[in-house]
Amino acid sequence: MDLFEYQGKQFFASYGMPVSPGEAVTTVADAVAAAERLGTPVMVKAQVHTGGRGKAGGVKFAPDIDAVRTHASNILGLDIRGHIVQNLWIEKASDIAEEYYVSFTLDRSAKAHLGMLSAEGGVEIETVAEENPDAIAKIWVDPVEGLSQDQCRQWVLAANLNPDVTDQTVELLLKLYEAYTTGDADLVEINPLIVTPEGKVHVLDAKVTLDGNAGFRHDLAPFDATQPRDEREAAAHAKGLQYVGLEGSVGVIANGAGLAMSTVDVVNQVGGKPANFLDIGGGANADVMAGALEVINNDPDVQSIFINIFGGITRGEEVANGIIEAMNRVDIASPIVIRLDGTNADEGRALLQPHLSDRLMMAPTMLEAAREAVALAEGAAS
Amino acid sequence: MSIFVDENTKVVYQGLTGSQGRYYGLLNRDYGTQVVAGTNPKKAGTDVEGIPIFASVADAVEATGANVSCVFIPAAGVRSAVLEAAEGGVELVVVITEGVPMHDEAYFFNKLKSDYPDVRLLGPNCPGLISPGKANIGITAGHIAKEGGPVGIVSRSGTLTYQALYELKQKDIGCTTCVGIGGDPVPGTSFIDCLAAFEEDPETEAVMMIGEIGGSAEEEAAEFIAAQVSKPVVAYIAGLTAPPGKKMGHAGAIVSGGKGTAQAKMDALAAAGVRIGQSPSEAGDIMAEVVGGL
Repeated sequence: MDLFEYQGKQFFASYGMPVSPGEAVTTVADAVAAAERLGTPVMVKAQVHTGGRGKAGGVKFAPDIDAVRTHASNILGLDIRGHIVQNLWIEKASDIAEEYYVSFTLDRSAKAHLGMLSAEGGVEIETVAEENPDAIAKIWVDPVEGLSQDQCRQWVLAANLNPDVTDQTVELLLKLYEAYTTGDADLVEINPLIVTPEGKVHVLDAKVTLDGNAGFRHDLAPFDATQPRDEREAAAHAKGLQYVGLEGSVGVIANGAGLAMSTVDVVNQVGGKPANFLDIGGGANADVMAGALEVINNDPDVQSIFINIFGGITRGEEVANGIIEAMNRVDIASPIVIRLDGTNADEGRALLQPHLSDRLMMAPTMLEAAREAVALAEGAAS
Repeated sequence: MSIFVDENTKVVYQGLTGSQGRYYGLLNRDYGTQVVAGTNPKKAGTDVEGIPIFASVADAVEATGANVSCVFIPAAGVRSAVLEAAEGGVELVVVITEGVPMHDEAYFFNKLKSDYPDVRLLGPNCPGLISPGKANIGITAGHIAKEGGPVGIVSRSGTLTYQALYELKQKDIGCTTCVGIGGDPVPGTSFIDCLAAFEEDPETEAVMMIGEIGGSAEEEAAEFIAAQVSKPVVAYIAGLTAPPGKKMGHAGAIVSGGKGTAQAKMDALAAAGVRIGQSPSEAGDIMAEVVGGL
């Protein structure tokens, strides 16, 4: 799960890394009060889970309280790449002499941790990678061995940073690696890592993605609570369903992530637009099916529903019973097309047979079911 | 022939006394797999429907000759379970459990590589593997697979694996071994490992490969196929229309920074001579053609 910048800085601070004092606020009045406590000048920074904040006008320098008021009211509600700003981070402004870039993430090909360090910070690392790849010093860290002091020093030297801050940078990067590993982060990125005119290395931004699977080791609830989700995703999340909201009109339910992805593809291939990706997992019992249908049913854009089930261990008759029971429990607004295949599919189809109508249809293959669902959605829209 | 497991394979289940482990362990035994032991330090000396429980994998291996472990332990215990299995002396550790933290996976993958280089890891978050008619280890429904050959299957996705097995069976095509490598960021066994094993296996004459968005495993497989695989390969890649930046169910299935798209994977595979199905059924049809022409 992605952390806001301020949460990322709190995360880094808990590992002993130097960050600036600041306060997270949601209103202009609180922004002003925070700036008064911190003392101007301050930075007013939009807290959104996307990059490009600066370019979009979401990060402003405020020399005095009036400027804080102006910037806060301009930035709150701003749309940055589809993310509406609801939170601001008011931070004591720093003087900057140099800007660096550093990150750790998993290199899936190498199956090792990849550290990237560059003296050219403050701009998007993708740009540096394209225009001047030699400016990025890379290091691969064995997850068993960890990052040693010596290895870290070699890495810092390879990046050609200001030699005066080598020791400080080594110390900070060892802490960053510690935060990345023991904090169970998928990604930690500081851009920029700055050197102040006084020669202090300091964390000026924070991008942190924590591994949601490590909830048994860390309390992730505060971060989970601030995840941006559309209403549909929030409802599905509450039911423990794997759901991704899309823009179309064909609601999709499938068992298994691969099959759900494949179903979304097939709907697109036949000219339709899926409303969502929804994986109900292996055991498609009535409760799970009813919950999934409820989530889809509450999406006003949905005009038809495509249920795509392949029975493996899950048996066809259980799936069929689940659908029938779910339809009794939930009043479904859109017609449903079912494709049921695999283990005991014949038994399942036989159970569904008496319930078939223009509200509940069955198709023999994934492709035909997709065509039918798309035609129904288009018919409803015209 | 088959790869990795066959009728002589003896399996110990770590987590046999839990509900999932018991359910699938017994199903696997019903299929004909030699399920020789379970482990649970608190229940050593007891049994699950006649399958003896030992305190550790090492004890189970010593007493029963088990050479494969199947892990059904909850995510929090997987790291130590995998290390216990490797230390205990099995050749293959199959981790079914999903939701294992990335840092644990990265750790035990590399730990096995350095300290137990002869131990193969499959998973985590995988359906397991089946050599139809010989051994079924994990959560694949055995009866949807036809015995024999000539097709080997390797897949990143669970349900699509079953779909592939079933489609081949409908067309009366057998499978030597079907390996689900799982959809996590650090899979213990890769496409390449399986492709190399299928290339060596005399009974496997063609390979079905099922990939999905995210990472670069399919692209790496394409390079390997071009250089090292003489047998025909048919592939399907899920997630052609997945939006960037959204995890599609699996932890590893995400298009980020324009990387890991299905199209790029299809292009790379096609360039390596792999025939691509636009849907799972089309891939099945193509494979039927390939098998018909063998």
